[in-house]
Amino acid sequence: MGFKKFLAKRAITMFGVLMATLLVTIILVGSNMDSISKQSAALEIRQQVTNNKNLLSSFKTSEQLDSYIENQVKQRITALGLDQPWYSPQRIGLSMYKILTLDFGHAKFLTSDSGSSDVKDIILEKLPRTILLFTTATAIVSVLGIFLGTVAASKVNSKIDKITSGLAIISSSFPVWWIGVLMIFVFAFLYPIFPARATPDVSISDPGYLGSLLYHMALPLITLVIIGFGSWAYLVRNFLVGVLQEDFIMAKRAAGIDEKRILYSHALKNAAPPIVTILALSLSGSLGGAIITEAVFDWPGMGRLYFEAISVLDLPVIIGATYVLTAFFLVSVFVADVLYGYFDPRVRRE
Amino acid sequence: MSFSSKTIWKEFSHSKIGIVGIAILVILFSMSIVAFVTIPLDSFKTWNDPASWLLYPKSAQPAWVNYFQSEKIPEHLILSPVMSSQQVDSVSVLTNSFLVNYQYDGFPSDFIYQYTAKYSGSPLLQLSVTRPDGIVLQLVSTSLPFAKDATTYSSMIFSTQDIIAKNILDKKTKYAFSLDGMSSEKIIFSKLDENVILKGPYVFQVRLYDVSEKPVLSKSNLILGGKVYGIMGTDELRRDLSVGLLWGTPLALFIGITVSIGSVVFGLIYGVYAGYKGRVTDEVLMRFNDIIYAMPALPLLIILAVTIGNSIFLMVGFLVIFGWVGIAKVSRSMALQIKTLQYVEASKLMGQKDYKIIFKHILPQLLPYAFASIAISVPGAITTEAGLSFLGLGDPTFPTWGQILHDASSYSAAARGMWWWILPPGIMIAVTGLAFVFMGQAMDGIINPKLRR
Repeated sequence: MGFKKFLAKRAITMFGVLMATLLVTIILVGSNMDSISKQSAALEIRQQVTNNKNLLSSFKTSEQLDSYIENQVKQRITALGLDQPWYSPQRIGLSMYKILTLDFGHAKFLTSDSGSSDVKDIILEKLPRTILLFTTATAIVSVLGIFLGTVAASKVNSKIDKITSGLAIISSSFPVWWIGVLMIFVFAFLYPIFPARATPDVSISDPGYLGSLLYHMALPLITLVIIGFGSWAYLVRNFLVGVLQEDFIMAKRAAGIDEKRILYSHALKNAAPPIVTILALSLSGSLGGAIITEAVFDWPGMGRLYFEAISVLDLPVIIGATYVLTAFFLVSVFVADVLYGYFDPRVRRE
Repeated sequence: MSFSSKTIWKEFSHSKIGIVGIAILVILFSMSIVAFVTIPLDSFKTWNDPASWLLYPKSAQPAWVNYFQSEKIPEHLILSPVMSSQQVDSVSVLTNSFLVNYQYDGFPSDFIYQYTAKYSGSPLLQLSVTRPDGIVLQLVSTSLPFAKDATTYSSMIFSTQDIIAKNILDKKTKYAFSLDGMSSEKIIFSKLDENVILKGPYVFQVRLYDVSEKPVLSKSNLILGGKVYGIMGTDELRRDLSVGLLWGTPLALFIGITVSIGSVVFGLIYGVYAGYKGRVTDEVLMRFNDIIYAMPALPLLIILAVTIGNSIFLMVGFLVIFGWVGIAKVSRSMALQIKTLQYVEASKLMGQKDYKIIFKHILPQLLPYAFASIAISVPGAITTEAGLSFLGLGDPTFPTWGQILHDASSYSAAARGMWWWILPPGIMIAVTGLAFVFMGQAMDGIINPKLRR
């Protein structure tokens, strides 16, 4: 199988996953969504009629007005295609098409900081902040992890190896958000070094905004790094230990090549495919985990948006955020696949 | 790649962390048994019922903090009585005495006497206290409401009642300072010459006099209000955290073990079937697997919990939906290897049925891997459930550790320095996770000897 065919196959699978996730989401929230859109259509008509003074004065009794409004609402519902049940193929198809073209509609309760209730605006405002926090964290974690993992692999069963493994095991059993609560407790209240709420308290136009943002980002960033780098180091160490037992490394050793060079250039290069894959996967994984972490630190990103939308059941936002989160997740899975296929040709042939 | 259970156990018992893992697990299981035996199942229902926690203090620290400081904080005491009864002529007297050796460096915040009396007629109830210096203070003397027939009457006497303050003022000449406007517990527990705490044994006595019949106190408790309580303290809603933490243990073990066994069994059969069948079956099954594998689990779990329901059993099901995929992938590739082995081919040629080959020849080979996977996937299930509960999407009827942390964060326990509400549940989650990770590590070392070197 050629590389192109491999890519095409992966891309089709990813698109299928995106559609499947979307379909599952729409089916799960469909009946609620249906009543919400009907309600909002009725509300809109009523508002239009009451704002139109001439029309309002032409009615003699309130019954007449009511029947007129009811009629109008019915017409609107038919025009929007809401008269069919929410699970009819046309309606599911229509809503999937709308979401695919990033038309998420308007949020029910939530607004962006600038006051827009368009779901697209809200998401576009929150997404960069999530990417900023989690990409920075993943970058720091991976650099630290690769370095520590390499050192541990070069001295298997040494003290540093054991500490790395221990750290990885212990840090993987603690929930990140609990460590977050603890960090807030210690560094925001016991020793007030960092702010407890990660939402920057100056407006975007202020020149000090970036500084404030970074200052507020510090505590969540430190927490993510502390929790993350142990297991990273452990993974890198395991890959490297595997590679270091291969025959070609023995051959290099026999040829008298410097042990450091073997480790850093030959072994690390061969361990690269899984490491790169994990890098891409952990980026996407952290986006999913962002929901709880951002809720704990009150970081104004996608995760907190999702959490807020769930707590008030703002369905357009939930659907939009799920779509964007899934899309990001899939893009990084895809990138991971491509990189793996690129680094390790054996995968393509499977 | 073949193991007998004996050799596995032998290898396992040589692994230190494996033994540590098993030891922790044994402790957790015995905690669960203790929970089942000591705390009746009914207390599940009372966990969220504020009325059942009225006697407990609000946001009290654990009692053992007193060991670490010179100033002893008064402990919240729920005292049970020593009962005796006697007959004086026609009057029968029931005496309940409560002994407390008060050694704290602060006054109790208040005291409450709670009782349920069974009587007929109109008995007289007297509450008095004997101080360490021998002074007896009469606190309350009241007759219970008249009843012609045998009746049951429940009531409470609060230290804030005017009658107590009035009765104490009879002895005001003994005190060297003015008692005006002072609350009664500050007078009762005070030295005579100045208003500081008088340490020593206090005896509170309740006497119930009745002429017609012997009265019975079926419930009789004296509560001395304090700021520390029990092993684990209490939360903002006065709930005893040790009860919640203890009950959380069997719940976490149930969630973790059921989810992991469910995922592993399903994933194993799914993967082995796909790998063994091959061709179109394999392709279709693995594409489906890919789809579930690439779905973002947490957002979908949240949507499922919100739309379908959040009972603990549904939660287990949801977690299995996202838990089996990775295991199916690995077991498929293992099955691909095993099915080319000669003995499998031989039994195929002999006309053995497919499901027999799978269950008799392939699955047993994967058992060590299956056990390791079960152990390794338990912590994930526990932390995910705890995370969902923490977001407020868990089953609110059960006091899981995540639920306790959710309550802690909604009453902003971190901001108020209530460490005893935040630390123990998280540590319990981590320790439970660690037990399984340790065991998984030990088994992993047996299955992948390459990593050990």
